[in-house]
Amino acid sequence: MTDNWKFQSPLAVLQQRAFLLSAIRRFFAERSVMEVTTPILSARGNTDINIDVFTTEAIKAGDEVAFLRTSPEFFHKRLLASGSGDIFEIAPVFRRGENTPLHNPEFTLLEWYRLDFNLQDLMIEVAELIRTLIVAFGGADLPIKYISYQELMQNFAGLDPFNTTTDELSALCDSHGYTGSPLTRTAALDFLFAVVVEPQLRTAPTQGWMVHHFPVEMAALAQAEPDQPDRCRRFEFLWQGIELANGYQELTDATEQQQRFALDNSVRQQMGKPAIPVDHHLLAALQVGLPPCSGVAIGVERLLMCLLGKKQLAEVLGFPAASS
Amino acid sequence: MSVYSTSQFKNGLKILIDGDPFNIVENQEVKPGKGQAFNRVKMRNLKTGRVIEKTFKSNEKVDAADVMDKDMQYLYTDGEFYHFMDPESFEQFEASATAVGDNAKWLKEEDVCLVTLWNNVPLTVEPPNFVELKITETDPGLRGDTSGGGSKPATLETGAVVNVPLFVPEGEVIKVDTRSGEYVGRVKK
Repeated sequence: MTDNWKFQSPLAVLQQRAFLLSAIRRFFAERSVMEVTTPILSARGNTDINIDVFTTEAIKAGDEVAFLRTSPEFFHKRLLASGSGDIFEIAPVFRRGENTPLHNPEFTLLEWYRLDFNLQDLMIEVAELIRTLIVAFGGADLPIKYISYQELMQNFAGLDPFNTTTDELSALCDSHGYTGSPLTRTAALDFLFAVVVEPQLRTAPTQGWMVHHFPVEMAALAQAEPDQPDRCRRFEFLWQGIELANGYQELTDATEQQQRFALDNSVRQQMGKPAIPVDHHLLAALQVGLPPCSGVAIGVERLLMCLLGKKQLAEVLGFPAASS
Repeated sequence: MSVYSTSQFKNGLKILIDGDPFNIVENQEVKPGKGQAFNRVKMRNLKTGRVIEKTFKSNEKVDAADVMDKDMQYLYTDGEFYHFMDPESFEQFEASATAVGDNAKWLKEEDVCLVTLWNNVPLTVEPPNFVELKITETDPGLRGDTSGGGSKPATLETGAVVNVPLFVPEGEVIKVDTRSGEYVGRVKK
């Protein structure tokens, strides 16, 4: 007889989570950002090559399957193009196969969009939210360092990601214990970020890191930087060596978006993953016009975990995948 | 040769890296923000005992090591090799002193051990968790003192030395936990 039926975390976590959600709602109420609720079940999916989606029975005649959303992003952009103004959602999302001490197949994203915000504006707002929440949880104010991806990699992995040959990159990965088939340039950078950089940031928990201008290959739905076309307007916020937020100055160009979806799907097929039907509603919204905006998503359970000084998601989930 | 995907990785899985067999002792999946996922794996080289850390791309295929665990009866040592027999096939195997290592001190004839074979050669030998061995040498204890408290070293028939309570005399058969090397109790015959 096991205790798997029980809520697996201390019951205080329920109150702490409720307190966190109310503090988040207060933060956005003060800024006149409207809370929205968008569909969890969607006829179209996310093509991102590194995210696997749960599929279920089709919603509409003619479709083979429907999808549990991996993010509310496409619905939010359709709302913005419909004229909603600034919005946020505390959104349950699902990602198949993500089950590690820092990942759970079902989790909650706090996602929000701000009209006329550039990348810098949104990074500042993320920093304000994080610092507000830390203080609300009784912690000491957190200094946050703004650093470019290039500088971060130079300082912590000893390489300039924009001026390194693929051979040099792969030799560096090998020296850090990589073994297996050759890594693409992007995967090699991912490796160094996850295995070399993040563990070093973990040792300095009294400092937050706002990392901006990722390589353009990692843009996903972010704009390329016009003056430096090898990088993009994307940032991540890291605290305790853990990625908490991922934000973009949003791509608004429908044609480029369509090309990125197509590229994703061709890479997916090379990887032996199914192609995902492209969200034509999103493309239609972009064609009509997505207002200039920036958007970001924060993993709510990870944030709670970090605020409480816990090390594993399971400590705050209560019902992690293993006892779901 | 069979292969495993990293998604099958778990503690105890035996894989082949650069020609050597390894036993996975820790498997941690890491995934940067939106990027490629990896498995960081701590694994023990089953030949040298050394633990190393390697990182694999998630969903990569890795060769399985032809390593098999089998219960076998310990027969005897000829001074150089330790001889075991598979009680089902009656096939006999010779384990080197390296394979047996420190566990030699728990090997008692006819006990059933877990022998790990790599390409059909014993690689490691695990004694039973509990063995019953006779004390061949120990200081005379204090008779009547069964309340415990003190202990004394005792040499067992296989050469192992364990701490036993003061009241346990020479010639007694005792039960020992081979994982901790600790005395468990007297065996009443």
